[in-house]
Amino acid sequence: MSSQDLESLDVEGIRQQFPILQREFDGQQVVYLDNAATTQTPDPVVDAMSDYYRQYNANVHRGIHHLSQEASIAYEEAHDRVAEFINADGREEVIFTKNTTESENLLAYSWGLNELEPGDEIVLTEMEHHASLVTWQQIGKRTGADVKYIRIDDSGRLDMDHARDLITDDTEIVSAVHVSNTLGTVNPVGELTDLAHEHGALSFIDGAQAVPNRPVDVEEIGADFYAFSGHKMAGPTGIGVLYGKQELLEDMEPYLYGGGMIRKVTFEESTWGELPWKFEPGTPPIAEAVGLHAAVDWLEDIGMDRIRAHEQELAAYAYDRLDAEGDVEIYGPEAGSDRGGLVSFNLEGVHAHDLTSILNDHTVAVRAGDHCTQPLHDKLGVPASTRASFYVYNTREEVDKLVAALDDARQLFA
Amino acid sequence: MGLGSDMYRQQILDHYKNPRNYGELEDPTFTHVGENPMCGDEIRIDVKLEEDGESDDEETIKQVAFSGDGCAISQASASMLSKELQGKTVEELLEMDRDDVIDMLGVDISPMRVKCAVLAEKVAQDGAEIHRGELDVDKTTTED
Repeated sequence: MSSQDLESLDVEGIRQQFPILQREFDGQQVVYLDNAATTQTPDPVVDAMSDYYRQYNANVHRGIHHLSQEASIAYEEAHDRVAEFINADGREEVIFTKNTTESENLLAYSWGLNELEPGDEIVLTEMEHHASLVTWQQIGKRTGADVKYIRIDDSGRLDMDHARDLITDDTEIVSAVHVSNTLGTVNPVGELTDLAHEHGALSFIDGAQAVPNRPVDVEEIGADFYAFSGHKMAGPTGIGVLYGKQELLEDMEPYLYGGGMIRKVTFEESTWGELPWKFEPGTPPIAEAVGLHAAVDWLEDIGMDRIRAHEQELAAYAYDRLDAEGDVEIYGPEAGSDRGGLVSFNLEGVHAHDLTSILNDHTVAVRAGDHCTQPLHDKLGVPASTRASFYVYNTREEVDKLVAALDDARQLFA
Repeated sequence: MGLGSDMYRQQILDHYKNPRNYGELEDPTFTHVGENPMCGDEIRIDVKLEEDGESDDEETIKQVAFSGDGCAISQASASMLSKELQGKTVEELLEMDRDDVIDMLGVDISPMRVKCAVLAEKVAQDGAEIHRGELDVDKTTTED
């Protein structure tokens, strides 16, 4: 894509589709820079969900009546659309869950509890989100498998030499975050997957911060499993995705049992239905699936390459501006490198929570805390950081407002 | 708006920058620690009660010291509490609630920061209850 195409991103037009971005608090328009936590939802997505509830709300799969047929088709087609979006082979490989965390737990319970045993090894990275870190840590305790962590270097990147040492024939699964929600690091997940496969291990990639912001092709990565959430990609809360290779999913035991997932049930035995329904018992998130479908359409209409370019540009701008302040410590890879659209930092002498409260007085919405990466913060040697994270509707002017508001904190805490 | 967030009035900043009774007591009657996992705030509180013969009431707080690390709200609250508690009875300490702490701070605390504000009070109260044998925890956390 040429740079001219990238420049043609119509941010003002995009912003018009988000009434929430016009909200004011104490006369100041909100500056929403908390997108790594959740993104805002554009009108077409809200409209699609509203249309579902107003026009064809019904339960799916088993209904003979018109409304259920429409709802079922919409629900099933949402799987097809997501499969196409990440280049999976088809709806059989796309399981709808509640969120990325549930996707990780589905895999950990269904595959991990049944397959892992003492002596096996689970390889994670030091920058894992608690969603995968805590899950594998606890599955390790229950199965006797050891959990090992690939180190990060001083620039916030994975030490791949260490990865090559850690991943051995004892490794059963390599679980890595695609884009770090704290450091912004973009990990070489294809290379990690290759390493896992060389040793007969599986790979699971946490794509919660990748799928919203860049083109993701699961076939190209080669990942066996890949997870992400709807609400971080202009879609609704309450829906997440677990992608898995069909032959692996077919061999896996269901994680949740109930209606809608079975082929045949007697008082003694049950057999499971087809993929992906085998992993989606009970009434699923139907309106949310409709919303996620609309979100994928909306994102692809803009173009994932453009979204990535816009976010990288904003992240680099924010990095440079914060860096130029002199009293701001920034975490993760240097500006200009391949980075996710976020910047985590600390202002010297001001606790992240105090800074974030002061930024809120300027209606600048950012996040403070450990961002569900406590061990990583321990390693960085700080209890918390402030994180500004961007999406397709953010502008340089908004970054300027963030930087300008730092002065207020400096004066208060001087 | 702008400079002088409601939450960061001069009194709070003063206690944060110049904490009162910061440190540890040589011979505390009880000592207790706690944390606010969400923020990473940590507080240790040492309390010395009046001893036999010193006063009519052995349950009166004679001296308080605190140490720790964290955001301005948590640390200023601990500093102010250390002053506030001197001369109070343990019963009065245990009767304190969230609103008393917010009154003591004298500012509006946004809902998400209340945990920072009440950490010191909870640590002191749990310490007193452990001292009385009514509670058994190693560390207080605001997530409980």
